[in-house]
Amino acid sequence: MTRNADTAGAPVTGSPRPAQRFLPNLFRTTAFKLTAVYLVVFALFAGLLLGYVAWNAKRLLDDQIRSTIDAEIQGLAEQQRLGGIRRLVNVIERRSRAPGASLYLVTTPVGERIAGNVEALPPGTLDRPGETEIEYARSSDAVDKPGRAIVRIFMLPNGFRLLVGRDVEERERLGIVIRRAAGWSLLLVFVLGCFASWFVARRVLKRIDDMTDTAQSIMAGDLKGRLAISGTGDELDRLALNLNAMLERIGELMAGMQQVSDNVAHDLKTPLTRLRNRAEEALRTARSPDELRAALDGSIDEADNLIRVFNALLMIARLETGRIQDSMDRLDLSEIVSGMAELYEPLAEEAGLSLVTNVAPGLGVLGNRELIGQALANLIDNALKYGQPAEGGHPVVTVAAQQIDGEVLLSVADHGPGIPEQDRSRVLDRFVRLDASRSKPGFGLGLSLAAGVVRLHAGQLRLEDNAPGLRVVITLPAIAAPALDPAAAGPKTVDMKGSPLLPGSTSASNPVGLPSL
Amino acid sequence: MRLLIVEDDAEAAAYLTKAFREAGHVADHAGDGLEGYAMAEGGGYDVLVVDRMLPRLDGLSLIRSLREQKDATPALILSALAQVDDRVKGLRAGGDDYLPKPYAFSELLARVEVLARRRGAPASEPTTYRVGDLDLDRLAHRVTRGGTEILLQPREFRLLEYLMKHAGQVVTRTMLLENVWDYHFDPQTNVIDVHVSRLRAKVDKGFEHPMIHTIRGAGYMVRDTQR
Repeated sequence: MTRNADTAGAPVTGSPRPAQRFLPNLFRTTAFKLTAVYLVVFALFAGLLLGYVAWNAKRLLDDQIRSTIDAEIQGLAEQQRLGGIRRLVNVIERRSRAPGASLYLVTTPVGERIAGNVEALPPGTLDRPGETEIEYARSSDAVDKPGRAIVRIFMLPNGFRLLVGRDVEERERLGIVIRRAAGWSLLLVFVLGCFASWFVARRVLKRIDDMTDTAQSIMAGDLKGRLAISGTGDELDRLALNLNAMLERIGELMAGMQQVSDNVAHDLKTPLTRLRNRAEEALRTARSPDELRAALDGSIDEADNLIRVFNALLMIARLETGRIQDSMDRLDLSEIVSGMAELYEPLAEEAGLSLVTNVAPGLGVLGNRELIGQALANLIDNALKYGQPAEGGHPVVTVAAQQIDGEVLLSVADHGPGIPEQDRSRVLDRFVRLDASRSKPGFGLGLSLAAGVVRLHAGQLRLEDNAPGLRVVITLPAIAAPALDPAAAGPKTVDMKGSPLLPGSTSASNPVGLPSL
Repeated sequence: MRLLIVEDDAEAAAYLTKAFREAGHVADHAGDGLEGYAMAEGGGYDVLVVDRMLPRLDGLSLIRSLREQKDATPALILSALAQVDDRVKGLRAGGDDYLPKPYAFSELLARVEVLARRRGAPASEPTTYRVGDLDLDRLAHRVTRGGTEILLQPREFRLLEYLMKHAGQVVTRTMLLENVWDYHFDPQTNVIDVHVSRLRAKVDKGFEHPMIHTIRGAGYMVRDTQR
């Protein structure tokens, strides 16, 4: 609970984590419950084991006693056969006096004692021939200490009775030892178990409390915070790793949003100011309705540009959060590329460039036609805008598409000045315009948008040196192209082969196998 | 043309109503989905302009309910949502066209007029279009002007076909991109203008009266100015 000191003063944590909450928490933890269950189960097993041992030992001892008694009886029977009851009595008298002797008693038919070392017996014992377990008192010992014994009683000829038995004190002692051992071990199991459970639960709880603390500070706005990894690779570590990955992703999205709002603030304020200035100027200086009209037209153009930027920004944001549902379909990329090149061909001609296409037929990808079309349009538009070659260069923009292994490669290449290596990753960011291009119309969103589209389609967008010029290469996972036969249109099923799932959890809302639109 | 505007934003509705009336149309206004449904059900409208997000009954449900009643009045959906698949959802619900906010009124007007015209048009499209001395044969893929054949690329043919189909009506650039190229994004540049000027060079060059007219701030129109 070292963190108490840390967190107690921190205003960010909504609820402090004082020690008094620890104990009630402990009883509710999974670790504690598990340990309690183990404790009971272990105690039960220990008890059973000890009980089994005790029972076996008792049986063994009893068997020993019985066999001793049997042997004595055989000996005594022999004596009686040889010398009658008198000899038997003599032998018993002698044996009774030996140290550690068995129990002997010979009585008359009415129960008067003739010989033996047994003083007191429960009444009626001698009337039941055979083996019994009784309490008795030995004549030689201190009379006040009755013992337990297993005895066997015989009816001798003439109605005399003979009792032979052995004390079971040893067995009783063993029983006591075992009972005591059982008690101690159960106590030990309980104490150790409690301790272990407390320890384990505390350890786990501590880590979870740490996670909760981190989570709370993250919720309070510290997006840099990450859960601690203990390095043991256990379940909590794995959980922490996954949560950290999630936090990373959230952080990226947040940073993206932050960047968008920063950029929006910066790059939309400029045209907004222009728009406002234009309107003010018109109010102040316009003399004729025609001048006013021209100013208003200009304002509308400016507003349209703003809307355009705004739409592009929103679209990029949506692409980055991976929210296009139900709109992935099997597409004939060749058709899209050729169509798009055809759309831009007159524009290229107007710009003094020739647009050359080199498209393999029947290229298939899984995607959204609008988005891919838009991305490609942006790339071609860029190439026409910035791909003017230097004096004597090739005024050619090449759009190529082909399949290599499981990937469709789509490239737009120009022979313009290109993009210096160090700027290549930067230009994919929003609103980045290289100094060389500042004079041209545009907002610096085209490449970001294309990159967003490609990422959403599980593809990659690379900027390469076309020596000279820029080549933008898009790789997309290839699938079988859709049938061109219009009769085959209608609900299509998506071929899963060669169409890898979209990346990461961000596109979980775009499972492959969507219905065609 | 009578049209019904279902829009909960009073200011936007007032602007639309005024603008449509100035364009010579009769425009009524409903402030929420249920009112809009009741008024549309009464019938008599040529086009419905329905905001997507409305109180009480949203725009898509309104159109879906009308379609279930076998009411096929053309409906244009206005939406502040611009998700990639919003258009598809809107059209699936029974909408005939879809325009994301913010929009230019000229764009909305052009689309509404096309929708209204479609309502009155015969079910099957004619095989030939004729505007003045310009003829287009859809089956033979032949275009003649004053009896002289004009050779067009396939896409130029489709461009002219679409313009002639809506002769006398304004056709916006986005409408051309949507209907001739089947894309719904913003091309960001004057790519459509270049195609139209190419077409114009083939159709109008050398003739006294141009057929393809640029409508400032709106789009293009094919019209015979001779008559």
